[in-house]
Order: sequence, then structure tokens, then C-alpha cells
Amino acid sequence: MQDSGLQILFQGSNLLRLFGGLGVTLALSLVSVALSIVLGVPLGIVMTLKNPVTRTLTRVYLEIIRIMPQLVLLFLVYFGLAKAFQIHLSGEVSAVIVFVLWGTAEMGDLVRGALISIPRHQFESGAALGMTNLMIYRLVIIPQTLRRLLPLAINLTTRMIKTTSLVVLIGVVEMLKVGQQIIDANRYASPSGAFWIYGVVFFLYFIVCYPVSKVARKLESHWQA
Amino acid sequence: MKEISELLAISHLNKSYDGNVVLIDLSLVVHKGEVVVLIGPSGCGKSTLLRCMNGLEPIQSGEIRLDGVPITDGKTRWSLIRQKIGMVFQSYDLFYHLTVLENLLLGPLHVQGRKRQEVTAAAEKLLERVGLLDKRNAYPRQLSGGQKQRVAIIRALMMEPELMLFDEVTAALDPEMVREVLDVILELARGGMTMVIVTHEMQFARAIADRIVFIDGGEIVESGAPDGFFTSPKTERAQRFLNIFKFEEIKQEEKKEVLL
Amino acid sequence: MDWAFITKYAQMYLTAAGLTLRLAALGTLLSILLGLACSLILYYRLPVLRQLVSGYIELSRNTPLLVQLFFLYFGLPKLGLVLSAENCAIIGLTFLGGSYMAEAFRSGLSSVEPGQIEAGQSIGLRRGQIIRLIVLPQALSVSIPALCANTIFLIKETSVFSAVALADLMFVAKDLIGLYYKTDEALLLLVSAYLIILLPVSALAAWLERRLRYAGFGASNPLSGQ
Repeated sequence: MQDSGLQILFQGSNLLRLFGGLGVTLALSLVSVALSIVLGVPLGIVMTLKNPVTRTLTRVYLEIIRIMPQLVLLFLVYFGLAKAFQIHLSGEVSAVIVFVLWGTAEMGDLVRGALISIPRHQFESGAALGMTNLMIYRLVIIPQTLRRLLPLAINLTTRMIKTTSLVVLIGVVEMLKVGQQIIDANRYASPSGAFWIYGVVFFLYFIVCYPVSKVARKLESHWQA
Repeated sequence: MKEISELLAISHLNKSYDGNVVLIDLSLVVHKGEVVVLIGPSGCGKSTLLRCMNGLEPIQSGEIRLDGVPITDGKTRWSLIRQKIGMVFQSYDLFYHLTVLENLLLGPLHVQGRKRQEVTAAAEKLLERVGLLDKRNAYPRQLSGGQKQRVAIIRALMMEPELMLFDEVTAALDPEMVREVLDVILELARGGMTMVIVTHEMQFARAIADRIVFIDGGEIVESGAPDGFFTSPKTERAQRFLNIFKFEEIKQEEKKEVLL
Repeated sequence: MDWAFITKYAQMYLTAAGLTLRLAALGTLLSILLGLACSLILYYRLPVLRQLVSGYIELSRNTPLLVQLFFLYFGLPKLGLVLSAENCAIIGLTFLGGSYMAEAFRSGLSSVEPGQIEAGQSIGLRRGQIIRLIVLPQALSVSIPALCANTIFLIKETSVFSAVALADLMFVAKDLIGLYYKTDEALLLLVSAYLIILLPVSALAAWLERRLRYAGFGASNPLSGQ
């Protein structure tokens, strides 16, 4: 049994197909992350404004996105929007929409948190040295904000990569789906294929996410001072 | 007038930390009812010596005996010994999550298994002695530094120790509060408690000590009666150390000479 | 909006919600126990176990729950180890949750000042007593906000259980959409069900956090002379 199971990995282009699925996963995550950063940074700045209207609106947006399980959001977009607007959205597009909405909210909150965590007297010290506001932002505030932000942003990326596994449930052909297809195709040839295939998928997620989270932690401790 | 029985006997103590030698062949005897004050420059090892006495620091060689019984031979149950040796720290370290009274009761109830009523009565009596009875249900964060330290002292006393160790207990306090804490310690001494005190407060040391032990570089350099030590120290290192506490007035004539 | 449909099928959602909550509660409880054990192992630096726990935490935090479930439910049977869907769900949730809870406990444990432990030692408390009476109470108050956040996180993660054929909320919703095409109604019920579960838990967590912040022991820096 051991033999016929392991072999499934090396047959034909199975491994290659799995990597293809990994590629889809990564593409979805990275596109979503990129868009989330682009939209999230301005959102974060808006979130720090003292205007009560913007405060409430952004707060509500954040809370709604956060409280719903991501899978529910995927269902809402994939099934709900399609019905509501009579358009057919592919699983991939639905996924990107949901992830960008989620990622932007999270990113905005991170940016807001990073901005308000800079102590008041950093501004004041800069001013006492005779710096203009612009200089203070450029030389003091922004570098410090980035240092607090980057590890958390990388952490968000890891979370996003893991969450893309959900899109298999709305029909996107990513790693898990490819795995399923391989297993089904080889049902008789390799009865224990499922163990190896899903094992490999598990492993692939790990070797993608682990280095990334390690880098984030290194950065965080490196910049702790 | 004082008994001459040895309460704590330290012989040939050697201690290193991370490869650095901190205490060198140190021997010291503390008699019952005696107040020994350890003084010396920063880093000389006096606090470390204190912490060795109740096992918070391990030693490399040498022996400590309490009441004639060795306590550093590796077979010691330190939790039992520490009931007999009380310690008060510079950072008070009251238990944040408990009220003052609960702080005082924790040891007697859980370690000594005494009855709650008896222990509460004893605690309240001690609180009254230091003037803090009305704070018995307060949390440490609501007390001033001096108040916290006084509670820390009676928390140690609640265990009815034979020996009390004080590790620079006023170093972290504002000057106004130092006095109220030192008064408590003075009263303890008058009551006959055996104590080893590490302090920077020279006048206090002079007033309370039966014996001054001057430590420098991990060794006992000089020891003797306080008056003798402070007025005419015998060793050069002791003289240099005590000079740190004297300030010369800047005389007008001297200044003019320098400028010219 | 077909309200008749909604009232007819609300019952199904209720049952499904019950399943979700039951599994989430069990998974959370086991996660907390596992997390506590792991954090204590790391805190006391027990040899061998320490490396195992570190490895487990890395593995669990870098892989999605869905993949873990697929592996448990579809993969393990090939080795002869067949677990029911429910057991897979609970094991998967615990495997995932344990590492998050361990991190929450870890930050609580590391927030206890060494001086507190020494003070406990100096009045003669034994190691077990020190953990029970001093370290854990202080550590818990720091950990509780994170523990609550993790609980909410785990409740949300249960949404993948439909993938292993458990009749949870997502399963019911998908079923109804597929069978009756009543997408709006099915989705409305779905969102409402999750809101009804998650909003109170969220509010409870926020309240708990506020309570703890006021009770905060306010350990002021003793060296500031306060």
C-alpha cells in the first residue's frame, strides 16, 4: 500500500499540477494583498481623523467585515451578488473582491494603530530641534510607522494565503481542488493517494507560510528598539 | 546584654555569576539579636551576599548554617528555611492582584497552615503598629512607595522569622518616605530582631548597626563597631568609600586662584 | 423576499447553529487546555517537550484549517485510521486553536515580574503554590483579552466544517441555495445566524476586557519613587 500511495506523487505531471494550484493560491493572495495595501493606507489615515462621521462609518465597515467568517463573505459575493445583479462572477473574482474588502479593512486598522502608537513627544522632540512638520513626518514619523507596520502587514499576508484555501468551496481550482482531481483520477491505481496528496498540500502551505512569518518576526525583533 | 549564640554562620563562601567572581572566600557570623549592616560601593556583592542567605542565589562553594544546621548542602527544602528568614526587597514586590490584607495572609495561611482568624488578628495588629490599618482592603497600586514598603516589611514579619534581611529597601523611595520606613526598621531592632541590612543611608546605618561590615570587590575589607568605623576607618578602601559622602565647599578664594 | 420560506427553514438553521456552537465550544475548551499545557512547557523550558511544542506551534500556525481537515477526514482513513466528521472537526479545531491559545498564555506568563515570584519564594511558598496563587492569576488577567479574541476566531473558523459533510450553517445554506434557488433568503438566514452567535460573544469579550483594564493592577515602576 505504501508504494502505490507514494508513487502518485511522481506520476505524470501530478506534482506540477499541484504547484500550479499553489500558483493560483499565491496569485490570489498577492493580488489581494497588493490592492489591500494600496487602499488600506489611505483608509488608515482617514481612520485617524477626528471627524465623527468618518469615524463611525469606518468603524462599522471594519466591524462588519471582521465579525463575519470569511467563508460567509465569499458566499455572499459569489452567490448573493450573482443573484442580485444577475451577473455571474467567477470564483476567482469573488475571492479577490472579498479579500480586498477584508484586507483593506485590516490594513487600515493596522495603519491607524501604527500611527497613533507613535508617542506625542516624538513630534515635540522634532519640533524642538527646529524641524518643519514635513520634515518631522519624513524623518521621524513615517520611518517609525513603517517599522511597526511591516511585521504586521506580513502577518496579514500569511493569514491571507491561508484563507485562500477556502475558495475551493466556491469552485476555484487551487491547490486543494487540484489535489482532489488527482485523487479522483487515480482512485483505483493509488487507493491511498489521498493521504499523500493532502499531506503534500499541507506541507506546501507550511513551506510557503513559515519562512514568511519567520521574516516578519525577525523584522519585528530587529526593530524592537 | 545580647546573647552570643550564632544564628547565621557563613563560612568561606564563593560565588560566581556567568564566569565572573562575585564573592570571594567570604565568612561572616551573625549573632542572635544582632543588627549587621553591609555597606560598600555598587557592584561589590553585598546584595548578592544577602540573596545567598535565603537561597535566592546559588553558591559555588562554602557553607551557610542557620542555628547550627547547614542549609547549603543541597538537601535543603528552601521553602521551609525561608519561613525562618524574612526578606524585604528594594522593589517591595507586593502581590499586585491581592489586597494589603490578603498579601499579609497569603504566607501564613498557605505555607504555615494557620487559622484565618488568628492570622487576621495578627496582621491587623501589625498594620496598626505601622499606622496602616485603614489600608487593609486597599490594593498595592493605591499606596505610596513608603506605604508599600512598610506593608512589605510586615508581610515578611507575618511568617515570624528568626532573621530579617533588608535589601536597599529605601533606595527607590522619595526622600520624604525614607524616614517612615527606617523608623519601622529601627523599632524592629529595638525589639531584638536579628537583622542583616544592606543600605546606602549612612546615618541610619550608624544609628542602627551593632556591627558594620564593609564589602568591596566581593570580600569583607573591614568590619567593626559603627562609631569606630565612621570616625576612623582603618583601611584605605574604606576611607576612600566614606569620602564619597563628603562634599568640600567650594571656597571663594580657591575659585579665584583657579581662574587666575 | 420569501418570508414563508424563511420561517419554514429557520428551524434547520437553528439545529445547524447548535451543532456549530457545540463543536466550537468543545474545540475552544480543548484548545485552551492544550494551549495552557504548551505555554507552561515553554515557560519552564522542559527539554525535548519544548522543541516538540515549538514545532507543533509553527506547524499549526502556518497551515489552514481546511487543509488540516481534508488531511484528517480524507487522508487518514487510507492509513486505516477512520475518524467521524465530528471528531475530525474537533481535532482540527483543537490543533489550530491550541497554538493561538498558547501564544495568549505565553504573553500573560511573561508579563509576571520576576520580583513577584521572588517575593513568593521569600515567604516560603513552594513552586506549585507560587504558580497557583501568584503567577497564574496575574498571567490570566493579561491573557484574557487574547483568549476571548481567539475564541471568536475559532467560532468563525468552524465555517469550514461543511467541507467534511457536517450539517453546519454553511452546509445548510449551500444546500438550500442549490435545491431551491432561494439565494437571498438562505443568505439572510446565514448572516443572521452568525450575527446572533458572534455579536453577543464579541460584546461579552469587549466588556471583559474593559473590566480587566480597570482592575488592572497598575504595577507602577517601583524605581520611579512612587
